[in-house]
Amino acid sequence: MRRVFLVSLILVVTLVLGPAKASDQYITLASTTSTEQSGLFRHIVPTFREATGIDVRVVAVGTGQALNIGRRGDADALLVHDRLAEERFVDDGYGLDRRDVMYNDFILIGPESDPADVAGVDSVLDAFRRIAGAGASFASRGDDSGTHRKERQIWSEAGIEPAGRWYRELGSGMGAALNTAAGMDAYVLADRASWLSFRNRQELTLLHEGDDALFNPYGSILVHPDRHRSVKADLARQWHEWLVSEEGQKAIASFKVRDEQLFFPYAQ
Amino acid sequence: MPSGDNAFMTALQLIVGLDQTLVGIVLLSLQVSLGAVAIAAVLGLPLGAAIALWRFPGRGLLITLLNAFMGLPPVVAGLMVYLMLSRAGPLGSFGLLFTPTAMVIAQCLLVLPIIAALCRQVVEDLWQEYEEQLRSLGTSRGRAIPTLLWDGRFSLLTAVLAGFGRASAEVGAVLIVGGNIDGVTRVMTTAIALETSRGDLPLALGLGIVLMLLVALVNGAAYLVGESARRRAG
Amino acid sequence: MNDLHRQPGMLALELEGLGFRHRDQVLLRDVNLRLPSGSRTIILGPNGAGKSLLMRLCHGLLQPTWGRVRWAGSDIQRAEAARLRQAMVFQRPVLLRRSALANIEYALSLRGLGRRARRARAIEALEHFGLGHLAARAARVLSGGEQQRLALARAWALEPEILFLDEPTSALDPAATKAVEDAVMDFHRNGTQIVMTTHDLGQAHRLAEQVVFLFQGSVLEHTPVEGFFSRPVSRQAQAFLAGELVW
Repeated sequence: MRRVFLVSLILVVTLVLGPAKASDQYITLASTTSTEQSGLFRHIVPTFREATGIDVRVVAVGTGQALNIGRRGDADALLVHDRLAEERFVDDGYGLDRRDVMYNDFILIGPESDPADVAGVDSVLDAFRRIAGAGASFASRGDDSGTHRKERQIWSEAGIEPAGRWYRELGSGMGAALNTAAGMDAYVLADRASWLSFRNRQELTLLHEGDDALFNPYGSILVHPDRHRSVKADLARQWHEWLVSEEGQKAIASFKVRDEQLFFPYAQ
Repeated sequence: MPSGDNAFMTALQLIVGLDQTLVGIVLLSLQVSLGAVAIAAVLGLPLGAAIALWRFPGRGLLITLLNAFMGLPPVVAGLMVYLMLSRAGPLGSFGLLFTPTAMVIAQCLLVLPIIAALCRQVVEDLWQEYEEQLRSLGTSRGRAIPTLLWDGRFSLLTAVLAGFGRASAEVGAVLIVGGNIDGVTRVMTTAIALETSRGDLPLALGLGIVLMLLVALVNGAAYLVGESARRRAG
Repeated sequence: MNDLHRQPGMLALELEGLGFRHRDQVLLRDVNLRLPSGSRTIILGPNGAGKSLLMRLCHGLLQPTWGRVRWAGSDIQRAEAARLRQAMVFQRPVLLRRSALANIEYALSLRGLGRRARRARAIEALEHFGLGHLAARAARVLSGGEQQRLALARAWALEPEILFLDEPTSALDPAATKAVEDAVMDFHRNGTQIVMTTHDLGQAHRLAEQVVFLFQGSVLEHTPVEGFFSRPVSRQAQAFLAGELVW
């Protein structure tokens, strides 16, 4: 009996200590669910690792939370999409050297039946006004992410303070919001990358795209090493520079889902 | 990972195909949950036994707290550990956030109250039966702890398995402190959450089936070991 | 009272004004007894008279409310220290979930014996009680009689100067009862003082040198066994022996 317990103890200890990852050179990148879930990092990180020997560990959260992780010094670099907040992050001394890296665009998704009749409208502002006017269900991320902030911005530019039973604040990530929208035939603002890699579409379809207001640029920021001495500044800078290098931009451009390019190089 | 329309077919493909990514995730899940349970048992069993044997002021409060913490929401546990381990937190200098170690700590926090509280009950009942005999033999309370833990081992195995069930099922804590990093801190439950949010429901459910099989396997193994031992020890 | 103090330095049990109260109930009052070392004492009395309680106070498992338990002929002050020179066998033996052998070894380890000495002593004890062939068997799966014999073997291994037995045969069949009685006499031959409670008057007659009769928490008689059975003094003891006062 004692022997059995001893054996199980040894087994557990080996399990705990055994496969401790020995990838010593790595940085932690806080990024958005949209980029991670699309599969972008699986596509470009191996290329970067081959070139530099540095691994990139991606923590995928909303942009607001990603900035917060950076503020606490729990990541070495950020790749997010909310330019105003990014600039404030740098101005406040938490980050440095913000660079444009890539862009894609936001799109308006909704049920095929399109109860608010937004399919043919010229601008996303009009589309939002129609949704509010019709009181058609709208699923909002409500999680302080880049997409959520963009959505709030559109509402405010459309002159509408969304409230009421039709406006559902979910407080969840892009995927969960799409799942919910599919479940209740609601409109939802999404980034194209998440939409293209999303599989549970049911009645949802793309209803509006191509508006200037829907431009979605992603920026890379280094977490300021003066704030947190633990930040791997050198390694993070290599990643940062690589992203905007010719090689990095090519890697981004070559990422495709179902033959469709998801992110477009935008480094200047 | 494979991807189809049927969760059971997907689960079958995952298992039969011995998908490399899946194997890594499964191993990490076991490593984290078993590690957390092992540590929680090493700490929680003596703790529960000590609370069972000693009378001290505040004991009732401690028991109530312990029982209440059995219902600690994983997200809260995760958040507490996150704030501790964050670079800006008191233990930030160890750089443990977003590592499997952080996940073990968070799950340990979830499992410890369960093991300690259930252990207290088991040992207290046992002590009722044993106290006179053990004291007659000259056992001190301190010496009685290992004795009672050993004699209660079959009931305590259930307590430990309950802890393992909680650890392997939770997603909130490991998601926050682990970050669901591909290949580093992605475990079964966070992978399921991820595939759900990508809308790949068959794959998510398939992973869920694999997870349940895994938990059933661990429980089954523990049951067999416990039963054969119980038959011998009476 | 005859002095059976055979070996100087061994424990003689002295109770001085011993009493015990639980909540508002006085369960034992003003017990003054001297039980010489090497004697065989049977405590008799109806249910609820306080027999088990008295024994637990003597063994130090309970603290008296009044009075004290003294160990004449020794300088032992603390009950814990005294208990290491005593052993007790309970009505229902409490055996640990391990082998018969390990049960005895466990008790010996508490007395600080080394591993090898423990093993040898435990095997000796098992064989002394005819349990040698069951050494590796789990204690909890033994029969009731075997379990009680194992409890006796465990006590025997400890070489106690006093052995307390609390109704050790009340759950046993006649054969197992006989084995326990033989064991008690064997203990006594080896110089161990016996203090025992029983409901079996025949057993009391067979085993006792002296009888302590308890009634409602008071000692009414303390006499040699022949005297108690032939000429009980108190009205209550007469009634008890006549079978009118058992419950």
